[in-house]
Order: sequence, then C-alpha cells, then structure tokens
Amino acid sequence: MTTLAAPARRRLASSVWGIVAWIAGIVFVFPVIWMVLTSFKQEQAAASNPPTWVFTPTLDQYATVFDRNITPFLLNSLMASVFSTLLVIVLATPAAYALSLRPVAKWTDVLFFFISTKMMPAVAALLPVYLLVKNLGMLDNIWTMVILYTSMNLPLAVWMMRSFLLEVPREVLEAGEVDGAGLLTSIRKIILPIVSPGLAATALICFIFAWNEFFLAVNLTATNAGTSPIFLVGFISSEGLFLARLCAAATLLSLPVLIAGWLAQNKLVRGLSMGAVK
Amino acid sequence: MTDVITRTDPKPQAPVAPAKGGSAKERWVRRAPLLPALIFAIVVTQVPFLVTIYLSTLDWNALRPGDRPFVGLDNYVTVLTDSRLRSALLNTVLLTAGAVIFSMILGLMLAVLLDRKFVGRSVVRTLLITPFLVMPIAAALLWKHAIYNPAYGLINGLFGGSTDWISSYPKAAVITTLVWQWTPFMMLILLAGLQSQSEEVLEAARVDGANAWQIFVRMTLPHLRQYLELGALLGSIYLVNTFDAVFSITQGGPGSATTNLPYEIYLTTFRKFEYGEASAAGVIVVILTIIVATFALRVISSLFRMEESR
Repeated sequence: MTTLAAPARRRLASSVWGIVAWIAGIVFVFPVIWMVLTSFKQEQAAASNPPTWVFTPTLDQYATVFDRNITPFLLNSLMASVFSTLLVIVLATPAAYALSLRPVAKWTDVLFFFISTKMMPAVAALLPVYLLVKNLGMLDNIWTMVILYTSMNLPLAVWMMRSFLLEVPREVLEAGEVDGAGLLTSIRKIILPIVSPGLAATALICFIFAWNEFFLAVNLTATNAGTSPIFLVGFISSEGLFLARLCAAATLLSLPVLIAGWLAQNKLVRGLSMGAVK
Repeated sequence: MTDVITRTDPKPQAPVAPAKGGSAKERWVRRAPLLPALIFAIVVTQVPFLVTIYLSTLDWNALRPGDRPFVGLDNYVTVLTDSRLRSALLNTVLLTAGAVIFSMILGLMLAVLLDRKFVGRSVVRTLLITPFLVMPIAAALLWKHAIYNPAYGLINGLFGGSTDWISSYPKAAVITTLVWQWTPFMMLILLAGLQSQSEEVLEAARVDGANAWQIFVRMTLPHLRQYLELGALLGSIYLVNTFDAVFSITQGGPGSATTNLPYEIYLTTFRKFEYGEASAAGVIVVILTIIVATFALRVISSLFRMEESR
C-alpha cells in the first residue's frame, strides 16, 4: 500500500506547492497587470472607487502620451542606453580578456578596483560632476549621459565578461595556438562563438540599467537631453485626473526593459551578482 | 558544505597564472587591452571624488556671490552636528535594512517554492521577476498613485476605508515598494544557490530518515549562507542609494520622516545650494559605504576563492 501511496502523496504535495507558487507569482505581478489594465481605461474609470474591472478598452491614453511629445524623450533614452552599452562592451571586453584568459600580473587588484567604483554612491560625485559638466557647457547634453552611464555599467560588464571568458576551454585555445592561429583568428573562431550569448546578456543588462537610470538624469538633464524617466515625472499634474495617462506612459516606457529582461532572464542573476553566482 | 558546492557546480577554470617576469614589452602587451577601461574608470569615478574632498573644505553657497574661503573641517562639523543629517543617516539605515531583510525573507520563500518542479514553473519565474524589470521611477509612481492613493488607490478600493497610506505610514510605504521591486533579485540569487545543491546528498539524507524541515535547516540553510550574504550585501549597495522611490513617493516627508542621505544631499545641493556642506556629506557617505563595501568585498572574494580553488 505504502509503495503506491507515497508517490501519489508526493504528487499531491507537489501540485499543492505548485498552486501556491502560481498564486505568489500572480500576486507579485498584479501591480504590473493593474498598470497595464489602467492604461486602457478612461480617466474616470481609472480613478473610480471601488475599482473598475469591466470596461471598454481604449487607446486614448496612449494617444495622449504621444501628443505630449514623448518621442524626443524616447530617442534620448535610446541614444543614451545604446551608445553607453556599445562603449561599455568595447571597453570591458578587452579588459575582461586581460583579466582572465591572458591575465596581467595584478589582475585581482584590478578586478576589485573596478567593483569598488560600483560601490561608490553617485550622490558623492554628483556635485563635482555637475560643476564640471556645467563649466564644459555640457549640461543637458545626451553625450554627458552616455559617458556617465558607461562608467556606471563598466564594472558590472568587466566582471560579467570575465566570468564568461573563463568558460572558454583553455585546451582549445592552446590547440589553436599550436596550429598557428593568430590572436584575431582565435578570437573570431574560438572565443566569440563561446562568449557571444554572454556578450548579449551583458549588453542587455547594461541597457536595462541605463534605460532605467533616474538620479543622474534628473540632475543633469532638462528639456534637450531629458530621458524617459524625466518624461514620466513631468507627466504628473496636480489638477485633474492623470492616472490612466500615467499608467499608459509607464507601461510604454517599461516595455523595452521588460522584454530585454525576459529574454535575458537566465543570465540576469549572473550579471546582477557581477558574475559571482552562475 | 564547500565540497558539495565544488562537486556540483559546473567547473569554470581558474585563470592561468600570469607570467612572472617576462620582458617589459610582453607585460605591456598584456596590459594594453586593459588600459582604456582602467583609465576611463579612474578619470570618471575617482577624479570627481577627489574634487568632492576639495570642495568639502570650502565655505561655498552658490547663491552667495564672492569668494569661497577655505574653512578646513568646518563643513564636517556642521554636517555631523546637524540633526537633519543624523536623521537622514538613521532613515537610510532603516529604509535599507527594512527593504533588504523583507525582500530576503520573501525571496527565500519564493526561491524554495520555485526550486520544486511544477506545471508552468518557468512562467511563474517570469511573472516573479517582472517587478524588478519595471522602471524604478514608474514603479514608485504606480504605487503612489494607483495603489496608495486614499481616494482611488487599489488598497482602499479593494478593502474599503480611506486611509492615506503614504502620510500615515511613510516609511512602510517606501519600504513596501522597494521590497516589491527587490524580492525578485533576492529570489534569483537564492534560487541559484538552491539549485547548486547536490541532489544525491539530499537524497542520501532523505534515505537516512531526515524530514524536509531537518534537511532545510541543517543542510540547505548552511549551504545558502554565502548566497544570503551576497544577496544582502549587493542589495544593500544598490538600496543605500535609493533615490527614485523617496523622490517620487514621499519627497522625503512628511517632515523629514523618509529623507535618506541621497535625498538630503540632493536637497542641500540643488535646493539650498550649500555646495561645501553637500560635499562634506558626500564624503561621509563614501566613508560609510567603504565600511559596508569592505564586508561586501570579503564575501565576494570568498566566492571568488571558491571559484579559483576548483
């Protein structure tokens, strides 16, 4: 009897825990679902108490968002995120190579220097950066944000790329060298195929952090170089109803990162822990 | 437990020992790929900090024209004796610790749930990481207006009442939003820890008659220790800088109930224009961060040694 009952009991237990996990997942995601639902409502329905569950979906709020000229902010965010990510990858990949496959003498010190810059709070450097940028006439300039986001993401990318480069089997590299493959050939034929998923994940995570950044953007940009988070804050008005519009803008601006994060979710933990956790 | 980790993790290789000696040219060839990133990092992150130290010794209010006399450590005395900074420091500790501890506990519970096999596990994982991916400022505004609002917020809408959640419980309101965003982060790190446990060792314990709770307390938790430490410290490093949530949910209020150090320095710099004092406060924040970071580096380097000893 027990031999039959035990697996059955285990199956039952596992489906009960499965249901609990599903409930937890839905509870956690619910505010996001609510945001998306609200973005398809009219303002009156969005601000009703008790909450409106059944409504005719409308795209009015999204139209309002575009009427308020979201496009330049989106383009600024896109520029700051894409260019800083490219710059980060160009700087970090060779550096990671020099800290892993062909390490310099004091590679541990260098690695820890990089990570320590990540730990320095941005507030401490805000004022000198602000003054410097102001004196250079580069306030409210998207290239300033590109530089700052590059330095923000560089340590993360170096650590992450290093952990991916360490997965390149040394025997294969050495065999290539014996066969007379030059550095470029071994990068192209051996290293790149192995690390390219890692490279993509690193780029996605740098993109996410740059896209979401608010503190530097709010202090160093205004109308010309304002990024998406700045648009969102400016969207709140003290008079009239704005919740549905706000949800539409928030949904729209979160979408690129949601997609990037869902795509990179298997590598997310590795990036966030600087490559310490696989 | 370390040997368990060693046996079950996929084995990355330790880097080859760097060539000792070698010609000077050879050493520079090795260094060359590193230099652009290193120089960039030094210029963009270290130079501003040195400037901050210099500025912190000046009596400089940007609204007051004229010279900026050198005042030595006066700004530090002002800042350290100012009750505003002390309360900002306390708030920083409370907000950071509250958010880290609660997101850690929830993250551990969710990680344990997700470590089992069930129908749609990858879908549930995707649902659970979603809050972390929402733009932080969007998340803060969403909670402020769509959830906490006394007139049409979701909480009062579902459960009745007319509590103004933000002014009644400002710290809890900020912490809840942060916990919602950071629980997925903790969950991912702890899940990675759980999945690196050896299934054979757990099975052996089961055969020996250990029940699920005993296995969890005696084997899983010790195994998870490093992952818990890592999550707590990385979480603290990110959360100590919390600005978005304070800026948009409470503006540091009511009064200064939720003003943390980043927000206080922001106010000193861009509302009061006390550049000298703001710089001194910034230096103090860096010193505090270095203290926390020293622990963080120790944890990370122990994970690091683990990786190398393989």
